[in-house]
Amino acid sequence: MIPVKFDYLAPTSVEEALAALGEHGDEAKILAGGQSLLPVLRMRLNAPEVVIDLGGISSLRGIRDDGDAIVIGAMTTHHDVRDHALVHEHALLLAKAAAEVADSQIRHRGTFGGALAHADPAGDLGAPALALGAQFVIAGPGGTRTVEADDFFVDLFETAIGEDEILTEVRVPKHTGWGAHYEKFVRVAHQWPIVAVAATVKGSIDEARVGLTNMGSTPLRARATEAALAGASATEDGVREASELAAEGTNPPSDLNGAAEYRQHLARVLTGRAVLKAAGAQ
Amino acid sequence: MTATQDRPAAEIGKDRRRKEDQRLITGRTRWTDNITLPGMLHMAMVRSPFAHASITSVDTEAAKASPNVVAVLSGKDFGAELGVCINAWPITPDQKTPTHSPMPADRVAFAGEIVAVVVARSAAEARDAAELVDVEYDELPAVIGIKKALEDQVLAHPDLGTNKSALWVFDSAEAGTGSEVDAAIETARADGILIEREYRQQRLIPAFMEPRSVVVDPTGEQITMWSATQIPHILRFALAATTGVPESKIRVIAPDVGGGFGGKLQTTPEEWIAWAVARRLSKPVKYTETRSESLMAAHHGRDQVQTLTLAADKDGKVTGLKVHLDADLGAYIAVVGGGVPVLGAFMFNAIYKFPSYRFECQTVLTNTTFTDAYRGAGRPEATYAIERLMDELAAEVGVDPLEIRERNWIKHEEFPFTTIAGLEYDTGNYEAATRLAKESFGYDALRAEQKERRDRGDRVQLGIGVSTFTEMCGLAPSRVLGSLDYGAGGWEHASVRMLATGKVEIVTGASAHGQGHETAFSQIVADRLGVPFEDVEVLHGDTQIAHKGLDTYGSRSLVVGGEALVRAVDKVIDKAKHLAAHLLEASEDDLEYNDGRFTVAGTDQGIAIQELSTAAFAAHNYPEDMEPSLDAEATYDPVNFNYPHGTHLCAMEVDTETGAVKMRKYTCCDDIGVIINPLIVAGQVHGGLVQGIAQALWEEAVHDEAGTLVSGSFVDYLLPTSADTISFDVVHTDDPSVCTTNTLGTKGVGEAGTIASTPAVVNAVVDAIRHLGINDIQMPCTPERVWRAIQGSKAGGATETPPDAMPHFKDGALNQDEGAGQ
Ligand SMILES: Cc1cc2nc3c(=O)[nH]c(=O)nc-3n(C[C@H](O)[C@H](O)[C@H](O)COP(=O)(O)OP(=O)(O)OC[C@H]3O[C@@H](n4cnc5c(N)ncnc54)[C@H](O)[C@@H]3O)c2cc1C
Repeated sequence: MIPVKFDYLAPTSVEEALAALGEHGDEAKILAGGQSLLPVLRMRLNAPEVVIDLGGISSLRGIRDDGDAIVIGAMTTHHDVRDHALVHEHALLLAKAAAEVADSQIRHRGTFGGALAHADPAGDLGAPALALGAQFVIAGPGGTRTVEADDFFVDLFETAIGEDEILTEVRVPKHTGWGAHYEKFVRVAHQWPIVAVAATVKGSIDEARVGLTNMGSTPLRARATEAALAGASATEDGVREASELAAEGTNPPSDLNGAAEYRQHLARVLTGRAVLKAAGAQ
Repeated sequence: MTATQDRPAAEIGKDRRRKEDQRLITGRTRWTDNITLPGMLHMAMVRSPFAHASITSVDTEAAKASPNVVAVLSGKDFGAELGVCINAWPITPDQKTPTHSPMPADRVAFAGEIVAVVVARSAAEARDAAELVDVEYDELPAVIGIKKALEDQVLAHPDLGTNKSALWVFDSAEAGTGSEVDAAIETARADGILIEREYRQQRLIPAFMEPRSVVVDPTGEQITMWSATQIPHILRFALAATTGVPESKIRVIAPDVGGGFGGKLQTTPEEWIAWAVARRLSKPVKYTETRSESLMAAHHGRDQVQTLTLAADKDGKVTGLKVHLDADLGAYIAVVGGGVPVLGAFMFNAIYKFPSYRFECQTVLTNTTFTDAYRGAGRPEATYAIERLMDELAAEVGVDPLEIRERNWIKHEEFPFTTIAGLEYDTGNYEAATRLAKESFGYDALRAEQKERRDRGDRVQLGIGVSTFTEMCGLAPSRVLGSLDYGAGGWEHASVRMLATGKVEIVTGASAHGQGHETAFSQIVADRLGVPFEDVEVLHGDTQIAHKGLDTYGSRSLVVGGEALVRAVDKVIDKAKHLAAHLLEASEDDLEYNDGRFTVAGTDQGIAIQELSTAAFAAHNYPEDMEPSLDAEATYDPVNFNYPHGTHLCAMEVDTETGAVKMRKYTCCDDIGVIINPLIVAGQVHGGLVQGIAQALWEEAVHDEAGTLVSGSFVDYLLPTSADTISFDVVHTDDPSVCTTNTLGTKGVGEAGTIASTPAVVNAVVDAIRHLGINDIQMPCTPERVWRAIQGSKAGGATETPPDAMPHFKDGALNQDEGAGQ
């Protein structure tokens, strides 16, 4: 299918991109890896007059060490997140989740920032970012601000990024040495998760962070589960009670792949499995 | 006739790589969409979003004013020259058949039906302008789903007065092939085993790789249509029959076609509209559908409710089978729409000796995309039903499912065997195929593991599914088709052209669209004629070149088209022999023909057939009583179907906590007679298996109550990829039961995997959890259905999943979204 005609801009700096955004306002759309935007344009679900491609802004790409956090540029691809040594050392959960996104072609085009900005509740990176307490660095006409993970995801396909703003990088607090597992439940490979559970644990088990994918209009944290896991033993019996709490407060969708009730059941089962695998016990 | 060959078979049986693959896989070929003609215009379709509505007005002004738009036409702008889409197989004389206009002017009957066409200088401009066509509709109540349709409360076509199109019946007592089924049922009810089930054949979408595409050039003496079709010859005939253009003024070309699976066995509204527009404007036009249009408006397959009663004695010997099908035709009766479920009539009895049988097929109209052939066409549905029932019977009797089959199947020494449905199976050896499959599968070890897991109460349970299928293929003896009121014959045509330089062109009326005919047919000719494989070229798919043919579907190309080819080649050899005798000054009786060379017995004198080609071309010296040509052609009408069969065994693991199912092992032993090219056969079997497995586990076309196709993209219509399958264990018997009704001894293989695999998979899933009190999971066996069955919350796992799509590409309220482009 052919998109409606649009103008294409390729700024080489964030300032330039912000200026273009300021000028064209809601007639414009940002293009990162295009793996969500291009289908939208091709199916004519949206028809922006201007597309602003961030691909030429090299400062938005790459991963660096910044003291107690690692910093991932918005334009870093899923493939690079999956393979980067800093991610493996300090935020293993992200590497595990990035490995589960779609297929190899899409992982080489799709970006970390694009996926988070798109905020598909079935996207694989929101729940891990939330579980790790990531901070989102957003640039706008008035400068740069940082938004906490808990405030970033607002609703279905809606984030704290304003109309005239760009997500530039994501700071992920170091979870050095934490075990991690991303348990993704699909019917066919290369599918968005029906439900997925992102779990990262310190020791077995001193502390745990558990994020849920596709269990509501935004990624969610299973806080009751996290609390119950502190000090639990990494055995099936040890985590059973905690995983039973995983669906508390969730509001999953019902669609062709499963009714809400079934998703809640899955969240409980998969949480137990994810936590045990994160703790190296399965 | 015999399958053994006089000449050494150097090519037949060889793992030749397909010679067509390089151009097909790299795309450096003529797909229809690659064709660009001088001055060509592009079309975009305006389609109804409503499943049922009157068209109150079509305002084309804004679209016409859009840049580079040449014409915007709606149904009322056309007259009779638009033609109609035909149904070539009215299954009963009183079948209710709604008129199927390619572009109705007054009323649409399914979502996706075309209401207007925009013609512009580029495809993008046509698409832009299509959005500006303002169609006003008055929505009418839509009938969706077979059970609703049967109620006749809401009508798909109010003027017909009913949704029930036709009832087709076969009864063994009436036909004289067996006894009264109701009597068998009563006996079984009193003192035997009665299995009563309702199975659902969900609607599928053929999902070929190349979307449909059509180019029409009206500027020559013949109007030429290129189409991504399986059936160029039938298409030409139908154009002539319905648009008033003489057949001799029509040329249809199916260039390289990227898959069909029955989905391109159709004469489509899009083709008819392109034809009419090109003629109206006197310019070449092109239309290529989007994937979304393809999923929504290209024909769908399957979609039946099967009501089944199987009667047996206490030992599990079947005494009768009664089948009632309700089959959803969609909004119109497509080219062989009603005939597809009827084909199943001959296959419900499968490989078994049933003494009584009754089959009824009620076709119904609904406000959905029309349905028609999809790989297997009628036979997978039948095979599914009977193979599921045989597993149920085994469970009831308490014996192994292979044992129950053996008690009922035709023994190898009983062939030829006339079935209760009236077909004569010429050969088969179910014992041999089953033995080999069991061995290769490791049947006993897997049964032991199943027991061990069951005893241990393992979270993951193992199930083993069986399917011992047969099919009728090689469509079809023309007289049989005639007796079923099909509108055409089932013969095939071939010709052989011996070129001046000794090279060979063969022309076939079969129309390959990915199967590998060019390679397989070259192998056959190379062996039979004794010329190098490389010297043979296979031509097809253009009515100017292959003027006669009935195209490719129903596993017919090799068994019908290949036989026509063999006969044409034999005629060439006869002519060549006459010429050779003349040139060698010998008697024809003294000539031997080996490896492409005639030799005079007992001498070193001889001449090669390729030299004879040159001699015939020069024509300087040839017998008085022959024409200077070795070329020959043949038209072959099969005398019977052929009956490949096989034993398929599948092991599935079921995660009882989540309902997730996972394939562990799949073995099939297919008896398909003589194999021309094992590599091509493996490709057909693998691809066929995946399509059948996909019906069992993944694919389902879902409409919501309003008639919108919810699974309208590959996000929700789950088409598997190689990542979802395992390595299949494909074996063949060393000593196949060769087909006795064709020279090469071949049987069809194009549909075998699809027909056999679906019940094997579902049987395995059910077998894994039968001990929990479950005897059915509705297809596709989604994790949720399996989980619900285990929960026992709904019997049979037949849950209604809410018809909603996953909205990944819905553009939400993200920063710049609001109002963009509005
Ligand atoms: C077939 C297919 C399968 C997929 N499967 C999965 C899957 O299994 N799991 C999964 O998680 N994802 C999946 N995806 C989506 C994929 O991960 C995309 O990469 C991701 O959703 C978007 O990233 P992108 O870089 O391509 O962004 P784009 O498509 O370019 O942009 C997405 C949206 O975010 C906005 N945006 C992008 N970058 C910024 C920025 N820096 N600041 C502000 N706004 C921005 C854009 O304007 C747009 O609205 C799949 C995609 C496809 C096509």
